[in-house]
Amino acid sequence: MRDDHAPAAAGDPHPGAALAGDATAADVESLRKHSSVYVYEAPVRLWHWVNAAAILVLVATGWFIGSPPPSMQIAEATHQFVFGYIRFAHFAAGQVMAVGFLARIYWAFVGNHHARQLFVLPVWKAHWWREILFELRWYLFLEKEPKKYVGHNPLAQVAMFLFITVGLSFMILTGFALYAEGLGADSWLYHAFGWVLTLFGNSQIVHSAHHLGMWAIVIFMMIHIYVAIREDIMSRQSMVSTMISGHRSFKDDRPG
Amino acid sequence: MSQIETFYDVMRRQGITRRSFMKYCSLTAAALGLAPSYVPKIAHAMETKPRTPVIWVHGLECTCCSESFIRSAHPLAKDVVLSMISLDYDDTLMAAAGHQAEAALEETIEKYKGNYILAVEGNPPLNEDGMFCIVGGKPFVEQLRHAAKDAKAIISWGACASYGCVQAAKPNPTRATPVHKVITDKPIIKVPGCPPIAEVMTGVITYMLTFDRLPELDRQGRPAMFYGQRIHDKCYRRPHFDAGQFVEQWDDENARKGYCLYKMGCKGPTTYNACSTVRWNEGVSFPIQSGHGCIGCSEDGFWDQGSFYDRVTDLTQFGVEANADRVGMAAAGVVGAGVAAHAAISALKAAQRKTQSKNEDA
Repeated sequence: MRDDHAPAAAGDPHPGAALAGDATAADVESLRKHSSVYVYEAPVRLWHWVNAAAILVLVATGWFIGSPPPSMQIAEATHQFVFGYIRFAHFAAGQVMAVGFLARIYWAFVGNHHARQLFVLPVWKAHWWREILFELRWYLFLEKEPKKYVGHNPLAQVAMFLFITVGLSFMILTGFALYAEGLGADSWLYHAFGWVLTLFGNSQIVHSAHHLGMWAIVIFMMIHIYVAIREDIMSRQSMVSTMISGHRSFKDDRPG
Repeated sequence: MSQIETFYDVMRRQGITRRSFMKYCSLTAAALGLAPSYVPKIAHAMETKPRTPVIWVHGLECTCCSESFIRSAHPLAKDVVLSMISLDYDDTLMAAAGHQAEAALEETIEKYKGNYILAVEGNPPLNEDGMFCIVGGKPFVEQLRHAAKDAKAIISWGACASYGCVQAAKPNPTRATPVHKVITDKPIIKVPGCPPIAEVMTGVITYMLTFDRLPELDRQGRPAMFYGQRIHDKCYRRPHFDAGQFVEQWDDENARKGYCLYKMGCKGPTTYNACSTVRWNEGVSFPIQSGHGCIGCSEDGFWDQGSFYDRVTDLTQFGVEANADRVGMAAAGVVGAGVAAHAAISALKAAQRKTQSKNEDA
């Protein structure tokens, strides 16, 4: 069976087209013909932007849940629901994010192989580790020319795995556990997520952990946006537009 | 077992009328969340079953659980249950003292082997072989193990027995340890709180007598009927929470109006207890009603959750006083500065390279 995940081998009919990362022979062929590769399929792109919007809402409303806005006296408490709406927005966005994440996991099974990068780190591959080292050197200004990648570069893959795959799972677990508290101990959500509260021992600790998780995602967001823009300018391939059109185009035809 | 009086006998002996007895049964059924059809069952159990002997031992504690218990709103519960306990063993409440008291304990264990309930107030310290708490000349942990061996079930009264409370707060020099981590082979029911509500305590005992089994417990081993909801879920100030109307400072106008104490660090949203429904001192009030936030005294490790007056908990792991926001903002600040510096160097490098290639072209 053909291993379409391996970089093109030495005896390849197009030796010049050997690419780094997770490029397949099919990618190489596509690149030779079109000079761009279709990487992110529509569901992946849609998830990315829905997820980004949900996180923005979650961070803003989550901040206010920890530190409520100044008291407002619009009406009697019966007719005023300011803090209630903030919490509602948080819960709604959280559920959108959770459903989106589940859909994204589903797509990892049925989508193209790039869709699996978020969930599987190829730690058993030596070239993957070498490329991590290379990327570190590139960001430390020790390499003159970056490599070409069709999917994520390995360093980005590690960051996304830690902050999105692990990080979002953690936020979804703790978030639903906290939400289940409001629904009550006999709700199905409490049956499903109540163990998280028991694990931490005290709901206040879960609140703190959820709060720290928010900051971790904010920090990831800052780095992610900076690096996406920087690499769009300085790398040899498209970045920002790839998450809009799905196509990765390359700026030169020199090998990887 | 016929020589043992029933609860009803004791009640009648204490001059309680049949009518008051039935009222007690109805109130208890309501408190336990049972249907009215259970009232006769409770009455029947009280009338026919021999009193369940209770041994009440005290470890590291402040006796606030006992103080709460003897103030049970319904005088009947107090009289009945109290007389029941003092007849057997409770070293703070019983008339006997010294060797007599210890003899009473041994006698109760012998006589009711496998049938008595062991009520534990406080917890055993395990450091230095338990020498931080001596009862009758021996470490308390030995008395606890001895009394637990033949008990039918164990009730952990209060935050001390259930979770450790103040003596187990960091750094816990005496290694005060909750009961369920010392006794692992008996059914244990936790009734946390510092102290627990009196009606909750009598309610638990009444349930165990009536149905001859432990009440339904939640994941943490607390009776679900009293610890199934947070203070927050039934708080009468909840509409102000949803409206976003908070006390901003002690004694401000909002405090006088009785707004939500969330910003003042109220732990109601993270605390499971019945205070906002059963209330205290015969249903007179509870902390939030008196204008002070809940301190979360019935939660595991509540002394280690930072100040009672902070909404966002201080994280002592970082060595200095910092909460999630301060830690997060500092980290975000460092990363932001790093990003800016990296961007600047990147731009310089790119510019340098352009100049170089221009020179080469020329």
